[in-house]
Amino acid sequence: MIVTKQKELDYLLKSIANKPVFIIGCSECATLCHTGGEEEVVAMKKILEEKDIKVTGWVILEPACHLQNNKRILRGYKEEIKDADKILVLACGNGVQAVSEVLEDKDVISGTDTLFLGEIKHLGDFERRCDLCGDCIQDLFFGLCPIARCPKHMLNGPCGGSRNGKCEVYHDMDCVWDLIIKKMQRRGELDRLKRIRMAKDWSKSNEMQVVL
Amino acid sequence: MKYKSNLERVLVENNFAVTAEVGPPKGADADKVRVKGEILKGYADAFNVTDNQTAVVRLSSLAGSVILLNMGLEPIMQVACRDRNRIAIQSDVLGAASLGIRNILFITGDHQSFGNHPGAKGVYDLDSIQLIKVVKDMRDNGVFQSGDKIVAGKPDVFIGGVANPFAEPYEFRVDRLEMKINAGVDFIQTQSVFNLERFNIWMDEVRGRGLDKRVHILAGVTPLKSLKMTERMKFHVPGVDVPDDVYFRMKKAEDPQIEGFKIALELIDEIKKIKGVHGVHITALFWEEVIPRLVKESNFLPRP
Repeated sequence: MIVTKQKELDYLLKSIANKPVFIIGCSECATLCHTGGEEEVVAMKKILEEKDIKVTGWVILEPACHLQNNKRILRGYKEEIKDADKILVLACGNGVQAVSEVLEDKDVISGTDTLFLGEIKHLGDFERRCDLCGDCIQDLFFGLCPIARCPKHMLNGPCGGSRNGKCEVYHDMDCVWDLIIKKMQRRGELDRLKRIRMAKDWSKSNEMQVVL
Repeated sequence: MKYKSNLERVLVENNFAVTAEVGPPKGADADKVRVKGEILKGYADAFNVTDNQTAVVRLSSLAGSVILLNMGLEPIMQVACRDRNRIAIQSDVLGAASLGIRNILFITGDHQSFGNHPGAKGVYDLDSIQLIKVVKDMRDNGVFQSGDKIVAGKPDVFIGGVANPFAEPYEFRVDRLEMKINAGVDFIQTQSVFNLERFNIWMDEVRGRGLDKRVHILAGVTPLKSLKMTERMKFHVPGVDVPDDVYFRMKKAEDPQIEGFKIALELIDEIKKIKGVHGVHITALFWEEVIPRLVKESNFLPRP
């Protein structure tokens, strides 16, 4: 899932600049993250109206990253969108662009910061799991990714900085190499890790794979 | 006035400057740089040492610059944003200044997918405009990008950048130059000029905004060595504009080398007349030995 975080209200108010707003949410990731589902969009509407900002309408796209779907759904909100100077999008960075592609002449405001591709551990508790490298190597590590989960992207073992199984950079995060080694040990296959992993081909990663 | 470099002196004293490019070898042999240095000594005011140009691994621009420096040539060390983050680049700027390098030119750099290590991870932590500002702050305000103070010697370097009058979208080319000037660039070398008409449109706008008074502009000149090279530049190198008339002259030429040289001489003659251009930057790809003759026949000798 694409994990997002709502931007600070002050920042949003500055971008909105007291102009009429139409609010857009997303039925998928932003709903699961509680940053742009129906609940959050309605709450945002209330907050803005309390600040005397006119909210001309709102909609939840299904999902916001689906361009053709957006065109179809937004056609049903022509008047509300016409009356708005600003479009506030509570979805990921992809959702923002899929909306701006449809509403070319509107000021589109990104209402969230897109953080990573990760899993929901518990409600409101997310952890990064994938860096979109385009060349998955998790089968080498029993389903654990040392690229997404290690700040140094180490492929040949731990850096030596972890303590009690926690990462030296993010103390709340498990050291992925600690997890990999323990798992390998448990399965009696630690030797497999001794093979040197050569330089990775980043040309397959999200740096270059932009169109499919 | 105390000048940071010979290049700055030449430009500030209103001489028409000449710079030339030295491409480092694909290997550790310093003599390859020295041979080029010997050929070019005395024929330009300063010499660009490229930083893994076209994303092909070569001897580092820092090392190449020091080799030239030890021969009595003044280097312009090039630094690309592609391969280093702000920590490495600021460190290299300090290191270069400590070794006596006085001109550094900052570029974003060709994407790694065009080079010989397409699997490399690109860095692009900063872009060229951000980097120019970072180094200007290091030099003039004595602070690193983080805001930390430089405690033992500010890098007193003449800051260079590049501009491409031939790149799309044309509407934004002069704005981008202005942004580089506002960020703190001292001199600019342009993409190689083959299309004088387009270059003049760009320069008209540059003069119209008074930008030629705020930065030293050196026009790029590349003598075409062969038809193959002309075709590569015309059809395959992004951001290079080789107009049809130049292409057909090269195509019809009995001896493309003679024709390419002639075209370069003519271009330099025209460039000299353009108000607001303060010099030429000669890039002779794998043909450095032609530069002395080009400089001589353009009446650029002796160098000031």
